[in-house]
Amino acid sequence: MKIHEFQTKELLRGFGVTVPAGALAVNPQQAVEVAERLGGWPVLLKAQIHAGGRGKAGGIKIVHDPSGVHEMASQLLSMTLVTPQTGPQGQKVGKLLVESGVDIEQELYLGMMVDRVRATITILASLSGGMNIEEVAAATPEKVIKIFVNPLLGLQPFHCRQVVYGLGLQPALAKECTKLLGNLYRMFLDCDCETLEINPLAISKAGELVALDAKAEFDDNALFRHQHLLEYRDSSEESPLEVEAARFGLNYINLSGNVGNMVNGAGLAMATMDIIKQAGAEPANFLDVGGGASAEMVENGLRIILSDPKVRGVLINIFGGILRCDVLAEGVVQAARKIGITLPVVIRMEGTNVLEGRRIFAESGLNLITAKDLHDAASKVAAMVAEEKR
Amino acid sequence: MSIFVNRETRVVVQGITGREGAFHTSQCLAYGTQIVAGVTPGKGGQNANGIQIFNSVHRAVITTAANCSLIFVPPTFAADAILEAADAGIELIIAITEGIPVLDMMRVKNYLAGKPVRLIGANCPGIISPGQCKIGIMPGSIHLAGGPVGVVSRSGTLTYEVVHQLSSQGIGQTTCLGIGGDPIVGTDFIDCLTAFENDPETRAIVMVGEIGGSAEEEAAAFIRERVSKPVVGFIAGLTAPPGRRMGHAGAIVCGSSGTAQAKLKTLTDAGVHVCRDLTSLGSYCSKVFADAL
Repeated sequence: MKIHEFQTKELLRGFGVTVPAGALAVNPQQAVEVAERLGGWPVLLKAQIHAGGRGKAGGIKIVHDPSGVHEMASQLLSMTLVTPQTGPQGQKVGKLLVESGVDIEQELYLGMMVDRVRATITILASLSGGMNIEEVAAATPEKVIKIFVNPLLGLQPFHCRQVVYGLGLQPALAKECTKLLGNLYRMFLDCDCETLEINPLAISKAGELVALDAKAEFDDNALFRHQHLLEYRDSSEESPLEVEAARFGLNYINLSGNVGNMVNGAGLAMATMDIIKQAGAEPANFLDVGGGASAEMVENGLRIILSDPKVRGVLINIFGGILRCDVLAEGVVQAARKIGITLPVVIRMEGTNVLEGRRIFAESGLNLITAKDLHDAASKVAAMVAEEKR
Repeated sequence: MSIFVNRETRVVVQGITGREGAFHTSQCLAYGTQIVAGVTPGKGGQNANGIQIFNSVHRAVITTAANCSLIFVPPTFAADAILEAADAGIELIIAITEGIPVLDMMRVKNYLAGKPVRLIGANCPGIISPGQCKIGIMPGSIHLAGGPVGVVSRSGTLTYEVVHQLSSQGIGQTTCLGIGGDPIVGTDFIDCLTAFENDPETRAIVMVGEIGGSAEEEAAAFIRERVSKPVVGFIAGLTAPPGRRMGHAGAIVCGSSGTAQAKLKTLTDAGVHVCRDLTSLGSYCSKVFADAL
């Protein structure tokens, strides 16, 4: 789960990390009030969207005196930001973080992440603050300090020394930075972070370490033990169909194509999307109904696929293991009757109780096209799309 | 022969009284697997599917000499269940559970390192040596006993698809296993490739990967150096958008890392026979493996 910058900073503050003074504004008037309360200039207005790359897209503005706040805030709040991470449709700006400017001496990078290869919490630090760390690491790997922390051992003083001496910090700052590392590590564990990134981390003219921008991502699988983090979820950042699917425990991702598809199991679902593409069409979604899906989940899945206006045809691909083919067939028939399907639906089933499943389809009297195998399914989808084009 | 499990493997099922645990225990029993004990804390002394239940894995191991554990414990308690099995001296732990927090698995992985125990999963379909035993949730009927192909995959139903196509071509399997779709799993591709390379009855290998992480790239380097048997590779997720988690917690393209295109290229460069079209994987294998079968 991703959260906003202002939320990350709120959490960081709770863990003893210094962040600039600031508050949220949802309209220009509020922005003016917050700016006045901060009591100093310049002030930053920062668009709050989940995607990165806001600065370059014009989502961060510096205002040097009170007269400019209202106009700049209304301009930002009417924007739809397009960054490399938002996709071409962009993300509408609904909130601003209004923050005091910081007198910056130097900008650093500091991040922690789950390292899936080493099974460690890996700390990354660099003097190249404000830049994309992946690019820095690719171009100049010697400029990125990497420390691997075994979670059974935890963060040790020697880890911190590697970071602060690696960055060449002066004694006073080294002490500050060691404290900061401890605080970040604590937050990383306490919140089940997947990534926690401070970029840039400023050394201020006053000699403090200040988190100018911060990004946290949490492990969805661990949210059950962090009820307080769930309050940070912003569903306006997600596609409405994805939010709807999540309510039914369905794993759904909306894509740009026109062939809807429903599959059991994530790997087979990805492979099915690839097959649709190879057949000359584009998948409209990813939908994994899971190994143990019920007839009701199948029905909800189909309803969600069909409520996407882009969808011109549907491919259902089920390999019945735990999910039996007869259960699937019941679900599809029920859904088809309720929704009144008008689009072509190609069904490919294999596995447990497949004959029973096929019988249910045959006797339903519905216009469902059954494919005899995966190859057949792919060519039927291709034909379906070609028909549509004509 | 087979890898990791055979007809002698003695299984204890952790979480045997849950809905999934109970159903799959009966399926494994029907396949002929030796399930010798179950564990559900608080239900020790009772029976399930005719299997004796214990309060702890330790008790189950002492009483029944179980050497393998199959775990259906919910994600909240699954890491603890894996540690308990390891601590009780279980040699092979198969964790089916989906949704275990990654930091839990990070601790588990580091705790198990260097100990005489193998973990398969979590978030995996388990392992089957056709005709000998099935320790997992895969449908047994699609498999064909007698070898000579070993199958290893990061996925569940996609593995069934692959196995079904092999069996339809008359190509049997020595062992088929899923290593799991999570970012941090126990056994990796290289462990399985090593075991298949050393198993005299396995004469060819099918490896099914997907986007995310670098397990396939590491496997490719290993295959080039150390695997003499022919390997067919397939990667799912060519059309997956970057930055999105595709169902499996580990299936995510981050920046430029973990793409299907990069994995396919690395595998091809390592001499793996890459199959790009899942619909014809079975016939592709029978062509590529013709000399090995």
